[in-house]
Amino acid sequence: MQSIVEFKNIHKSYPGVIANDDVSFKIREQSIHAILGENGAGKSTLVKILYGHVKPDSGEILINSDLAIINSPSTAKNLGINMVFQHFSLFESLTVAENLILGMNENISLTRLKKKSKTICDKYGFNLNLNSPISSLSVGQRQSVEIVRSLLNSPKILIMDEPTSVLTPDEISKLFIIIKNLVKDGLTVIFISHKLEEIINLSDYVTIMRNGKVVSTITTQNEDPETLGYKMLGYKVSKAKQVSDINFSEEILNIKNLSTQSKDPFRINLNKINLNLKKGQIFGIAGVAGNGQKELMEILLNENDYEFSGDIIFKDSNINDLSTFQRKSLSISFVTEERLGHSAVPEMSLSENIFLSMNHKSEFKKGDFINFEKINSYASDVIKNFNVDTPSFNVKAGKLSGGNLQKFIIGREIMSNPELLILSQPTWGIDAGSEAFIKKTIVELSQKGVSIIIISHDLDELLEVCHRISVLYEGSLSNPLNVENINITKLGKYMGGLFD
Amino acid sequence: MSIELIIGILNIVLISTTPLVFAGIGELVTEKSGVLNLGLEGLMLVGAVTGFITLVITGNYFYSLFLSIISGVILSGIFAFLVLNLMTNQIATGLALTIFGIGLSAMLGKKFGGTPIDGLNPYYFIVISFLLVFFVAYFLSKTKTGLIVRAVGENHNSAYALGYNVIKTRYLTIIFGGVMSSLAGYYISICYAPMWQEGMTAGRGWIALALVVFATWKPWRLLVGAYIFGGVAIMQMNLQAIGVKLPGQFFNMMPYLATIIVLVFISSNKLRLKLSAPSSLNIPFEKNQ
Repeated sequence: MQSIVEFKNIHKSYPGVIANDDVSFKIREQSIHAILGENGAGKSTLVKILYGHVKPDSGEILINSDLAIINSPSTAKNLGINMVFQHFSLFESLTVAENLILGMNENISLTRLKKKSKTICDKYGFNLNLNSPISSLSVGQRQSVEIVRSLLNSPKILIMDEPTSVLTPDEISKLFIIIKNLVKDGLTVIFISHKLEEIINLSDYVTIMRNGKVVSTITTQNEDPETLGYKMLGYKVSKAKQVSDINFSEEILNIKNLSTQSKDPFRINLNKINLNLKKGQIFGIAGVAGNGQKELMEILLNENDYEFSGDIIFKDSNINDLSTFQRKSLSISFVTEERLGHSAVPEMSLSENIFLSMNHKSEFKKGDFINFEKINSYASDVIKNFNVDTPSFNVKAGKLSGGNLQKFIIGREIMSNPELLILSQPTWGIDAGSEAFIKKTIVELSQKGVSIIIISHDLDELLEVCHRISVLYEGSLSNPLNVENINITKLGKYMGGLFD
Repeated sequence: MSIELIIGILNIVLISTTPLVFAGIGELVTEKSGVLNLGLEGLMLVGAVTGFITLVITGNYFYSLFLSIISGVILSGIFAFLVLNLMTNQIATGLALTIFGIGLSAMLGKKFGGTPIDGLNPYYFIVISFLLVFFVAYFLSKTKTGLIVRAVGENHNSAYALGYNVIKTRYLTIIFGGVMSSLAGYYISICYAPMWQEGMTAGRGWIALALVVFATWKPWRLLVGAYIFGGVAIMQMNLQAIGVKLPGQFFNMMPYLATIIVLVFISSNKLRLKLSAPSSLNIPFEKNQ
């Protein structure tokens, strides 16, 4: 077998960051080649260069040993390179068929398209309704549309950027079977991931990247998660292990029959959610994205005055009608999913961002003016106590890396001494160092008696830190499972909507 | 009212509404690709004055039509360059284009005000305007190029990622919109009036903009809307002639009021808004480098 793609001395830098530094390696024809690295290691940049989406500063790409100049996605497609994006590139208001047509290189009639896509769907086991609009599909179905759209062009190379991050365990194993069949039929798959087990299960070869450089390219066969993880990070990460089995007694939060009846088709309706949280307990809400996580968080925050039925009881008092700041005054703190634009205003300084979240506290005000002395010292404390890497509190929030900003935001909320902390996707898209720090902080916090709810798509994270886990599926919440003797098969079933 | 009067009124409505159809359908295509061009009024005036001057000087309808179209290509090309390549704010640039067009046309037309010309028969243009709506409706819903235009307006990042040239698509739709506005202006100064007078488009550019929203970006509704708006304007004159005591401003206000009502209606439901308005409208496209 010969190499179908060869990267030669690829270099790409953005202001302040070197995304790819002298990257060189080969990809063999008809293999599954994984690119492993943590967020910010330069994997996405590299494949975007291969797909013509990003221009390299220097370096060459050889396709079948010939120099290829790929300066736009359409050139890449003509060379037989297709890509399935991490954040889907579908058109919400258009139908599946229209989306498929848009992905085709050639002009094709609707009837021929239907025939062709049906052949592909039958062969690999996809199930698509060509006439439904994308907005009505689940995340898994959307990914199927993306993959079928790529396959319609009969590509030679298929790039998949973190394709499993939005799927249930069941969907992931189905996807892997499809990928293996595709490779059997002659395709070369470039698979990007930061999940070690997946790479070991799926790939033939793996290129490990760290800080924009290639650490090594190896056959996956002889690796296990531990050795691979060490190569990816360059150091060993100690896991934040939850101390189990505390006798939880005092009830902090009780959600009773929480339901919504929104007619908006872009919102998931919550269906009789019951949740009981004790003092010092960490409660995980698992589930694939788009199953009501956003809606649940919005109701807990009460940002938009959504109508709901049921009761939210915090320490024996009903807080249904309290505003966000009134809830915060009762010592409930929130960390929302979007760091930039929701948890923090990118264009404002760190200390200003402190004030925006804390202006219900009189200590930060002098009459009607902002008490800058106080918020600056609060910001410095957060920066010091939570290892935020920044020159000063006057730096704009948008300038911080994801991990640093997340540490700052979580630190900001924790320093206000909450009794209940609600986090959504606390470690999404941040570096492994910050991730480990945040998990450790959360566990320590619970040991001090703070109750915590974590809404996350990352099952491994929840299993690591939580006492109990429930699964959110299409707006319904499953029974809580005890993490200590958890039955993973059951959890997988829950994630696919099969509750007891 | 006699039959003759009704036919007469319908005839006037038909003649007076056509510029709205031209400018509106052009703007609809531009907006479908995700660009908001507020410069219609300016484009119409320059198109009107260019056509008029050329006709006075050369006496040739073909040349005058040709130069009027060229004026639209140039002006909207400048607009496209500013908003697409230099990524200026579309609203501010569009407003500037209108103000520029008003000034430029007034300056160019200074000597030609009141010059008599032989007008063209409006019915050619009326027929063309209907065909145009049909063509645009077919183009957007049935052809692959039309689908690409919609895709670019829906999500330009995805369209780019799939290999479509977002900038080129938008250049073409902006220039199409510009040419249609010029034609609307040409029709006003050569067929409808026919004469040149400063500011003679009298706010039709703004009404055409409102019309696109009123039609929720659908070509056939745009045609219907244009005739409703045009009809209201004519009704004003007739009602006043009969002696109904409603202030004229009330009728002038109608198109905008109707548009606001439609806007409130479609915004009240997120689904309706999502399915009708192009999602990338007024958002600049920045290529990853």
